[in-house]
Amino acid sequence: MGTEQRVAEVIEASSAEFVAQCYKLDQAPPLGSLVKTKDELRKIYGVVYNVETHSLEPGRRVVARGEGMETEDEIFRANPQLAKLLCTDFQALVVGHRQGDGLHHYLPPKPASIHSFVYTCQLEEVKAFTQSLDFLGLLVDARLPIPVDEVIAACLRCAGQAYPDSESFLIKAGKEMARLLSSDARRLNSVLKRLR
Amino acid sequence: MSEQNFDEQTRLGSIISGSLTRGVEVKLDASISVEDMAVGRYVAIEGERRRFFGMITDVSLEAIDPRAMVTPPDVSDPFIAQVVSGTTIYGKLRVLPMLTIGGDAMSILEGPQPAKTVPTHFSEVKLASQRDVELVFGAEDDKRFYIGTPLDMETKVCLDISEFVTRSNGVFGKSGTGKTFLTRLLLVGMLQKQAAVSLVFDMHSEYGWEGRSEKGYKVKGLKQLFPSKVAVFALDEESSRWRKVSTDFVVKIGYDEIEPEDIDLLQQTLNLTEASTQAVYQLAREFGDRRWLEVVLNLTEDESKQLIPKLNIHDSTYRNLRRGLENLRRFPFLVPHAPDNPVKRILEYLDRGINVILEFGRFDDFAAYILVANLLSRRIYAQYREKAEKAMGGDVAPSHPLVISIEEAHRFLNPELANRTIFGRIAREMRKYNVTLLVIDQRPSGIDDEVMSQLGTKITCLLDDERDIDSVLTGVAGKSELKSVLSKLETKQQALIFGHSVPMPVVIKTREYGSAESYKELGFLEAAELKRKTEKEIEDLWAP
Ligand SMILES: Nc1ncnc2c1ncn2[C@@H]1O[C@H](COP(=O)(O)OP(=O)(O)OP(=O)(O)O)[C@@H](O)[C@H]1O
Ligand SMILES: [Mg+2]
Repeated sequence: MGTEQRVAEVIEASSAEFVAQCYKLDQAPPLGSLVKTKDELRKIYGVVYNVETHSLEPGRRVVARGEGMETEDEIFRANPQLAKLLCTDFQALVVGHRQGDGLHHYLPPKPASIHSFVYTCQLEEVKAFTQSLDFLGLLVDARLPIPVDEVIAACLRCAGQAYPDSESFLIKAGKEMARLLSSDARRLNSVLKRLR
Repeated sequence: MSEQNFDEQTRLGSIISGSLTRGVEVKLDASISVEDMAVGRYVAIEGERRRFFGMITDVSLEAIDPRAMVTPPDVSDPFIAQVVSGTTIYGKLRVLPMLTIGGDAMSILEGPQPAKTVPTHFSEVKLASQRDVELVFGAEDDKRFYIGTPLDMETKVCLDISEFVTRSNGVFGKSGTGKTFLTRLLLVGMLQKQAAVSLVFDMHSEYGWEGRSEKGYKVKGLKQLFPSKVAVFALDEESSRWRKVSTDFVVKIGYDEIEPEDIDLLQQTLNLTEASTQAVYQLAREFGDRRWLEVVLNLTEDESKQLIPKLNIHDSTYRNLRRGLENLRRFPFLVPHAPDNPVKRILEYLDRGINVILEFGRFDDFAAYILVANLLSRRIYAQYREKAEKAMGGDVAPSHPLVISIEEAHRFLNPELANRTIFGRIAREMRKYNVTLLVIDQRPSGIDDEVMSQLGTKITCLLDDERDIDSVLTGVAGKSELKSVLSKLETKQQALIFGHSVPMPVVIKTREYGSAESYKELGFLEAAELKRKTEKEIEDLWAP
């Protein structure tokens, strides 16, 4: 996640989240990492909360093919069409946007445009975005098909890598979580345990 | 979170609630450990328009959601411990705002004013800085005497001695907490700032020449430090000789000086009945105010028998009285006729601005102490009063203010006696005649309420009896808060000062007394040094 890379394209978008299809099979950005889309007006930031690899055609299930083979790579070499039939998607929760000079940790006025490119963020940009931890509020309240606390913890661990002193970043973020989850000690404990 | 070194810039937290009467609540920042806080410490609060000064009166542990404490966070994990501190759980201070300083030039000139409101929500709270303390208590100067330092600070807390002596004052604290050491400092302060001249009834002979610390080393008394400003009077010549005290005068009191009122006060100590105390007045009428005691002590059995029916008193009353009075014979300082007049001698010294300390030597019992202190004070007071009245008429210059120090003050000023002793009167009259008291006591609850309420400044070391604490704090704003401060003082060398001569209550670590360094700071010159200084002055005189 060190440098900015174009990795996917938006194929579904709503105000609060977007789905992007990766250009390379199995090459999705890590769970919890910060990604962005750009258009002339603004950049929209999202946190990857779910990654899926599946067959391109809804009706066709993937079948096992490796029984007689030595390695997994051999399966693809023997069936070159596979890479065209499968794809990796990921879903990202919108956590903020940049418009001109202003960085905002709330939802943009419009969702990401369909087919807009999705980039990973450079460490510098992650650092700039996580100076304020207000976006954690969006994550905490999100209703996701997967355990949201896993996503929050993954997000903070990823962001921590952008800081030379990741420990103190995590403490700061932990304290923000403690404030947000002040009435739910059990949930707070489980997030905190996942930050290490 | 290890012990921290706080400097004055250290932010402690911010105001979250409170009121002027109960004090404000401060949520401590996560980086500040409650264990580093202490009641009695000073803090400064940056309000929107003014700066507030207050004192920490309580420290507590809080949880955002008390229910969450049923399943406490796993603080054995240092990461989790750090995260929850200050968020899920946090420390809280209660601070009593006492003074304010406005931001504009006018209010800076006016100096600190009593707080009439509280700082706004989330005002920043810091430890008070050295400068703050100086602003509030003033720097050492020709009126202000350095008495100690605030808790955990190096700054000097100064007492305005010229204000101090305008009212009667009290030094309290249970036994062994530092009353005597503190009083020595106060006496030095009064002497140095020339605000008043002192007369000390030194029951345990520890102020005049030499005292002892509990650790066994000797500490210099006032006479050793300021030989030309202090006279030691002795009641017990022999003890003074043994102790190698350079005594200025030996006090002898004639029987003819003892008046019925004096016996009245000794009723308890001499085990007299009410009736026999009354009989004294009859005897005085019969034989004369000046002769009665000598006559009665010398009555033979036969003479007594004749006297009893004549006075119309009970035989047992007379026996009880006689037994009580016989007790007085064991005091060698009581003589039928005194060769000199101690009252006159004391006044001579006081008039010259020399402090007089009367050491009781071996006669450190209450009978001697109450008798002598009262008798001498009554007469000295009468003289001051006469002079003050004349001064009002413009005939003579008013006399220098006099401060009379008495130990075990509740013996004189308990509710029964306060109206009858001269001390009760001095305490109530304030300084009408230029005389005030410094009362030193370990049982302030034994002192009459009215007298306590008249004391201008109270300096109190640790007290642990509820009644004593109540009596000392009666009538003070923020009483219940100060109570928790007072009962948490160290057992030695710490005191809470409040009242007339300090702008706000303050807890101090009492200035050190007793080391060579401390004497030097108080202006004492060793003999060799004194000699050098004199020689130098003489040399300078002759220098071309
Ligand atoms: N300012 C001080 N400087 C140095 N030592 C002090 C000071 N104050 C108190 N102490 C220590 O505390 C001990 C007790 O002090 P002090 O004799 O003044 O107590 P006290 O209150 O007068 O006791 P008591 O009621 O028994 O007369 C002293 O012997 C000394 O060791
Ligand atoms: Mg003492």
